[in-house]
Amino acid sequence: MVNEEIVYHGRIKVPYSWSVGEYGSRFFYELKENKKIWATKCPKCKKVFTPPRKTCPDCFVPIGEWVEVGPNGTLITFTIVRYSAQIHPIPPPFAIGIIQLDRAETGLVHLIGGVEVEGIRSGMRVKPAFKEDRGGSLLDISYFEPVE
Amino acid sequence: MGQRVAIVGTGQTDHKSSRKDVNGVELIQEATARALEDAGLRRQDIDAVVIGNMDHFEGINYVDMWSIDGNGGLHKPVMKVTTGGTTGTTVAIAGYYHVASGLFDTVLAIGWEKNSESDTTAAIITCADPFWERPTFGGAVAGLAGAACEYMHRYGITERDAALIAVRDRKNALKNPYAHLRKEITVEDVLNSPMLAYPIKLLDMCPRSDGACAIVFASEDKTKCITDKPAWVHQVSSRHNFTFFTDVERAGRMPTLYEACMDIYKNEGIKNPLHELDVVEMYVPSSFAGLVWIDALGVCDEGGAARLVSDGVTEMDGELPINPSGGVISTNCIGATGLIRVAEAAMQISGKAGEHQIDGAELALATGFGGCQWSDVLLIGSSKPN
Ligand SMILES: [Zn+2]
Repeated sequence: MVNEEIVYHGRIKVPYSWSVGEYGSRFFYELKENKKIWATKCPKCKKVFTPPRKTCPDCFVPIGEWVEVGPNGTLITFTIVRYSAQIHPIPPPFAIGIIQLDRAETGLVHLIGGVEVEGIRSGMRVKPAFKEDRGGSLLDISYFEPVE
Repeated sequence: MGQRVAIVGTGQTDHKSSRKDVNGVELIQEATARALEDAGLRRQDIDAVVIGNMDHFEGINYVDMWSIDGNGGLHKPVMKVTTGGTTGTTVAIAGYYHVASGLFDTVLAIGWEKNSESDTTAAIITCADPFWERPTFGGAVAGLAGAACEYMHRYGITERDAALIAVRDRKNALKNPYAHLRKEITVEDVLNSPMLAYPIKLLDMCPRSDGACAIVFASEDKTKCITDKPAWVHQVSSRHNFTFFTDVERAGRMPTLYEACMDIYKNEGIKNPLHELDVVEMYVPSSFAGLVWIDALGVCDEGGAARLVSDGVTEMDGELPINPSGGVISTNCIGATGLIRVAEAAMQISGKAGEHQIDGAELALATGFGGCQWSDVLLIGSSKPN
């Protein structure tokens, strides 16, 4: 039989262009142009969603109302990533957390920065640090940092 | 409710971190052949095949056709089912649906993965929304870590409480010849292992395994001819809720698992799951999830899981043994992982679990976990369902 188990190496690299939709476009435009964070509000159950939803998943009715949320919020939970992976936005150690923006009822996942990772606590008040050059994506915010 | 359906045979491969001795098709064939052998059936006796894996893990998008040499489906109906982490349990549920519908008598359900063949973290990130969450997502470990941190904060749970889950499952794996990781560990080992994403350390986390599992489902008439120790499918339930991780990690005990369990208990007439269930095979990707999700089984108050575990309730000789097989923390061939839970539950009911058999097990629960964050649950029993 064989004394060597042969492995064939390959790589698949596929480009994608994801449509963010009308609602997503409005959200990212406001982030890019005005450094503002907007949400949508269900006409029936009144829940405020960030990221903005076009339809309430529960009531299943169209949502038309927009409300401004944040920019400050509360850190609900977080983790400090200490392992390396190609998909990470920055090299470890770095912190990511879930921020509930003021007046929003859902969370937003983002990097937590502007502070030593050891100093991060659940329940901490945070605010967005906007980039100078913004292209219309979530990364127009560098990270959320503690409100001093 | 449909026709009565039983599990009449199961098969698993020898799970390892890398099975370089076989290609994917050959790996699948190993599980298929063992399940057929266990049921005493030939390929010709099978009416249809359901098979699943996660496409991105192997870069194979048409496993139904590609693996025909291994899945036994030559010139038969073959259906591919892929639902992320729950793929294995969904394959089982789809196999059950096929037979319960009355359209098929014997159906082979197969789950498999060769995790060694790609970058698991890079593949798993496809379960995060491409523009709302992927840019700032930290991978599967970080996703679970956020939820773990929230639970610890809410209920005052410690890393030591969670470590007991990993210690329990790895100890149980010593008695399972198919388990991938078969080395006993201590709480100190877990606490001292490298930090991946706080609070999850290396030994809190499941491995990546190569492996496959197959199950034969049969109608009541066929079951009579195949075995006198069938494992009957009593209930199945599946629940989905959120689009985003950000909603999930603020949710405490896993709502989809809780709702699926409650659905099953209601339909089965179970009032006290802690006493009425004999064993649970739970999809536990990390020790912290293994703690939080005990709350979701409805066997304690929210936040009460740590106490149950430290009191030994979930040990092999406890009131409700969880993961006699060693669970996912010992073996994790992702597309097979959920199906192994179902197979192990069936083995317990049919008295085929060998050294990790729970004596007299008559009612077993198997759970599946997927991405952010849905659940499948199956209830398997020794008595013929109503
Ligand atoms: Zn609503």
